[in-house]
Amino acid sequence: MAAGGVIRSSLRTIPIFLYWAFMSSLSSSSVAARDIVALEGATKRFPGIVANDSVDLSIRQGEVHVLLGENGAGKSTLIGMLSGLLQPDEGRILVDGKPTPITSPRHALALGIGTVFQHMMLVPTLTVAENLLLGGPWWQRPRTEELAARVAEITSTLGITVKLHAKVSELSLGEQQQVEILRAMVRNSRLLILDESTSMLTPKGIDELGALMRRLVEQGLAIVFITHKLKEAAAFGDRISVLKLGRKVGEIPPERFRALGEQAIISEIVELMFGKQKDDPEAVERPIRTVRAEAAPLLQVADLAVAPTDNAPGLSSISFDIRPGEILGIAGIDGNGQKQLAEALAGQRAATGGSVQLEGVAIEALSVGERRRRGLRYLTDDRLGEGTVGTFPVSINFFLKQVGAAPFWRKGVEQRAEIEKRAAQLVREYDVRTPSLKTPVARLSGGNIQKVLLARELAEGAKVVIFNKPTYGLDLANTLASRQRIRDTAARGLAVLLISTDLEELLSMCDRIAVIANGALVGTVKNADDARTKVGRLMIGLAA
Amino acid sequence: MTGLFSEVFLSALLFGAVTAAIPLLLAGLGEQMSEKAGVLNIGIEGMMLAGAYLGFVGAFYSGSLWLGFLAGAAGGVAVALIMALLCVRIGLNQIVIGIALTLGLEGLTALLHHFQFSRSYPRLPAADATVIPLLSDIPVIGPAFFKHHLIVYLAIALVFGMGYLYRRTQLGLNLQAAGDKPAALDVAGIDVIRTRTIAVLTTGALAGLGGAYLANVGAGLFIPFITNGAGFLGIVLAMLARGRPVWVLFGALLFGVCLSLTTAMQVAGINIPTDVIQMLPFLAVMIMLVLFGRRASLPAALGIPYERGAR
Repeated sequence: MAAGGVIRSSLRTIPIFLYWAFMSSLSSSSVAARDIVALEGATKRFPGIVANDSVDLSIRQGEVHVLLGENGAGKSTLIGMLSGLLQPDEGRILVDGKPTPITSPRHALALGIGTVFQHMMLVPTLTVAENLLLGGPWWQRPRTEELAARVAEITSTLGITVKLHAKVSELSLGEQQQVEILRAMVRNSRLLILDESTSMLTPKGIDELGALMRRLVEQGLAIVFITHKLKEAAAFGDRISVLKLGRKVGEIPPERFRALGEQAIISEIVELMFGKQKDDPEAVERPIRTVRAEAAPLLQVADLAVAPTDNAPGLSSISFDIRPGEILGIAGIDGNGQKQLAEALAGQRAATGGSVQLEGVAIEALSVGERRRRGLRYLTDDRLGEGTVGTFPVSINFFLKQVGAAPFWRKGVEQRAEIEKRAAQLVREYDVRTPSLKTPVARLSGGNIQKVLLARELAEGAKVVIFNKPTYGLDLANTLASRQRIRDTAARGLAVLLISTDLEELLSMCDRIAVIANGALVGTVKNADDARTKVGRLMIGLAA
Repeated sequence: MTGLFSEVFLSALLFGAVTAAIPLLLAGLGEQMSEKAGVLNIGIEGMMLAGAYLGFVGAFYSGSLWLGFLAGAAGGVAVALIMALLCVRIGLNQIVIGIALTLGLEGLTALLHHFQFSRSYPRLPAADATVIPLLSDIPVIGPAFFKHHLIVYLAIALVFGMGYLYRRTQLGLNLQAAGDKPAALDVAGIDVIRTRTIAVLTTGALAGLGGAYLANVGAGLFIPFITNGAGFLGIVLAMLARGRPVWVLFGALLFGVCLSLTTAMQVAGINIPTDVIQMLPFLAVMIMLVLFGRRASLPAALGIPYERGAR
């Protein structure tokens, strides 16, 4: 009975595959690979901005088409139009050469356009199988056996394994992404859109995704791969389109792509994106700074431990110290206790053991506010959630941690003049791009919110600063500015703990790099020439 | 005092408990479906009132209880349509609209009752019971559980029907996705607004039916504010049941016993002020919330209107 179902289901799907194989061989032999989907002069406006300005794009089968651009370049809007979430205001979309308005996500799926969104689009409370079955006709019973056969067929050709009966909430982010790609395949997608798919992955996961994309295009799929990382674009792409402020500013076709080496491609892209710089702009020479070894450490942590909770690992025997002017990096794959470490040091999470000393004074029993007053500052990675109050004006957000304190509040009454004066000063000093001091902070871009946080935490009295993923989600210009700010902080003689999942960032900034895995520090490496391999080996579980 | 523990008294108490539990059960099942799909339906009390009024009017003028039930369900759906339009399609605040609907329907049904029935206070004849052979002969339990109107058995069957719907059908998957991660449902090609609308309208039908049962079978008449918080109890049941229909049934029976006790204790003439006795069901709510409130797990997107493309 079950075997019969398998045969019947594969019979149902094979003709579609054959059809496409047939069509693709026809088209590739007669004409050069035809566009599966093309945009012609697509323009999309939102109140106040032109998100996409007359963009032309051709997406061909058998190609990984990389869309490259900084935050706000209009990548997400473009994806929205291709996946049926948004309609272009001007211009048109061609599917197989015919003008076709894509009216809804369902319509996009029916046209064979599958999208893996930047934010996971799986229902965490359902199993993998149930998620894959979502979208079937409501009057039907979910066809579980049929699905299992189909999934087995696809996974075997792609070389991935998927746990069909696991709850999605129990899967890692990388596994969830595979499920989303699988879902697109189950629905016979011929165009797969991957939106910022590497932002949540480990370096190993990124390589695996690259290999998977290669296998998919070899099977005749078209892939649109969105990223803002130049190296990924050069490594995984066949064709690159560069977006800047809603316009397409250039394209590197496959012929040219093959002719150039990786470095040449990167410098060409940089040329397209920034006009003048030549080299990888993220590669900044690390200035040699001398940390006086004999100076007493500003922050000393010994045997710090935190109990694990349902959704977070605990910490065990964390020990390190940081001297004035030193940047200690914490490397590691996301979710290995980085946030717990930062919160335990800041006092936001109860430690179950160990000691934390600031300038030789034990602070582990002090409250969050008292630690801050003594000079321990924490820049959270959750900028809008816990870092700022989105609906409050920029000016008040500068002083959130001083509410009630003079001179900004006197006898419980807000001193507006004082606040505005100081806020205006900080806005200038930290180059916060805001329409006014009264603008709700949530309306600013990620980079500018980060500047507000930097201004607040680095203000007078800071001695030790903990940065948790300070450049996560920022565009290049703001990333570079934030990094410079952190370097300046250390240069002023403060101790810096820099937690990041971006190894390049740590290598370009830190004096020493410690690696965290499963809530414990598995090793500390001096940032010398061989640091990359040493840290890499520690991260994947090999001794340095 | 001996009367309190006699067989007859006990079976009357349990019979009353089932009668009181059915409207709560229907309201709880209905609310559960809305909440599963991500809509917090505070208007359910209003839907029950509409159902109670129209159910009574339907049964009174047609002389058929079943037509009354049908009219009650239709009344609930009519109120639910307003809710679906304002909260699901337009995306207004579910709590504000829900409270407004409840208050509005309280006033409207009281007013209509005043014009139509305040002089005569008509009553319906007692509902015919469907007696289940053999089982109804068991002492105490038989008369208590197996001599009810047919709709009682249908309501209990519905509990298992709902369980099947949620766990085994495509619609069940869609409903859960609409409540836990509506964006995922949308990109899977299913209209979130439509899915939630179906859920809200079903809630209306069930709540209306519950109201009609309350008026036509439970009381045999309509008076203003007859539901007396039954819809709100339904919301509590749905929240405590963690998405499982059978827990709604258990909860409804528990509250039913409490409600029935208040009547029984008054009849038995126990020397406690009636106000205190009438507090009993609501005291039970508080005790249940204290005991199980922490266990309540609600859908992630509950109460949040869905807007495509919004992050």
